[in-house]
Amino acid sequence: MSISLKHISKSYGDLKAVDDISFEVKEGELFGLIGPDGAGKTTIFRILTTLLLADEGVATVAGYDVVEDYKKIRNHVGYMPGRFSLYQDLSVEENLRFFATVFGTTIEENYDLIKDIYIQIEPFKDRRAGKLSGGMKQKLALSCALIHKPEVLFLDEPTTGVDPVSRKEFWEMLKRLQQKGITILVSTPYMDEAALCDRIALIQDAKILEIDTPEDIVKHYPKKIYDVRSDDMYELILALNKYKHHYSVYPFGEFVHYTDKRDDFNPDELKDYLEKEGQKNIYIEPTKVTIEDAFMELAK
Amino acid sequence: MKNENIIQVKDLTKKFGDFTAVDAITFNVKKGEIFGFLGANGAGKTTAMKMLIGISKPTSGEATVAGYDVYTHPEDIKKSIGYMSQKFALYDDLTIKENITFFGGIYGLSKNKIDEKRSELVEELGLKDVADELVSSLPLGWKQKLSFSVALLHDPKIIFLDEPTGGVDPITRRQFWEMIYKTAHEGTTVFVTTHYMDEAEYCNRVSIMVNGKIEALDSPKKLKEQYNAESMNEVFLKLARG
Repeated sequence: MSISLKHISKSYGDLKAVDDISFEVKEGELFGLIGPDGAGKTTIFRILTTLLLADEGVATVAGYDVVEDYKKIRNHVGYMPGRFSLYQDLSVEENLRFFATVFGTTIEENYDLIKDIYIQIEPFKDRRAGKLSGGMKQKLALSCALIHKPEVLFLDEPTTGVDPVSRKEFWEMLKRLQQKGITILVSTPYMDEAALCDRIALIQDAKILEIDTPEDIVKHYPKKIYDVRSDDMYELILALNKYKHHYSVYPFGEFVHYTDKRDDFNPDELKDYLEKEGQKNIYIEPTKVTIEDAFMELAK
Repeated sequence: MKNENIIQVKDLTKKFGDFTAVDAITFNVKKGEIFGFLGANGAGKTTAMKMLIGISKPTSGEATVAGYDVYTHPEDIKKSIGYMSQKFALYDDLTIKENITFFGGIYGLSKNKIDEKRSELVEELGLKDVADELVSSLPLGWKQKLSFSVALLHDPKIIFLDEPTGGVDPITRRQFWEMIYKTAHEGTTVFVTTHYMDEAEYCNRVSIMVNGKIEALDSPKKLKEQYNAESMNEVFLKLARG
């Protein structure tokens, strides 16, 4: 196991940030912690990167105990915190050289590992980090986290606040790093990114809701979901919530995701009901379960 | 949604020296519409929005917001709009009641009106038991619902939302969208800027800015058909990558 947590808990005063969490990440795995702000993701990262002591439980990273062997862990992991940790007044190249020096290595020695990523920001290597765009900062921070060739990479919300194009490129980079044998623990509040991980832990209110592959999490969803739409979204949601057979009603983009309590649910019946409620241009069709549906069902 | 336009923009342009941040954009937003304003980092969204809310003078072009001209009546525009973003919301060190009173005062409501709104709001959001507690003690989702309601205190014609539901748990997020639908249903226009493409899916219509220009404008459904895409995320990638 590359990362292992057993019964880890951490409180800040009265607030339980992490509550009896256990999970394991295999070597070379791309593992995702998926959950909203305040779920406890950052606390887990800080415990695993030896920046914070857990109140209870044991954890190891790359075979080392996070308390006993904290110095060794620091040499074997790369950490990209949620807030950018770059030196704003140093140039792109200076930042990278600084991180390399701290870890007793050089840019040249491990250039291979970062080449794909660094090459995209190299034209701006004399620019101060503070003057970079969000996407470029993210690439530089990743390069800095990789420059000492870590075995395990910790990425805390690397794509938050980044536009879809940069997000997509970032995930492509992660996949390539994984192929080089690096274990990656990444957190994100974006449910759609969950599908890009090998396995994920859904986390909310300091607890893990489920751990599995994205495919299996979706497969375990207990209901059949229908896309429902009409001309008036607001009235539609009210009407569906009033329908006595409804199990869940969640707005979902241009549709409402609807599930029914009955196993022998007939969409035509619902259509009749909605028509009587004055809804027009009603559309009801079965749809695919998403990670977000599964998350909501588990968090209910 | 009514047919009356609450925002009218024609050839609106903003230049900073040689750089054209917003390049002759034209669009209208209807009363009661949920309008998504999308674009990559640096596409010109923020600059365009600053002109619409009366805090930045356009270089050229025309725009009226809530019936007021952006050149001549920016102060009237500010009184007619509400604004909520994830970054700036409420004062953590004030109680829930104090926050409402404070913002009511900022918006120039009378003391009676503030009292009335405060009780109404606390009741509606189910915050009665915690109304005298500091906002910092509220869960994130509640903070957001409260800050949305506070932005509506002065009954604005348009509310601007900046990435309103990013990072919020999925269930609270839905509750939040239900509030947005309700607000739009009651006739307030909702103007959402975001680069969370799943937020875009909830809007009646969306525009996508690329390099200062509006490159696409339609309902999410029609855009997905037009670009042969399954999601707005795909539409966005196709447009932004060219």
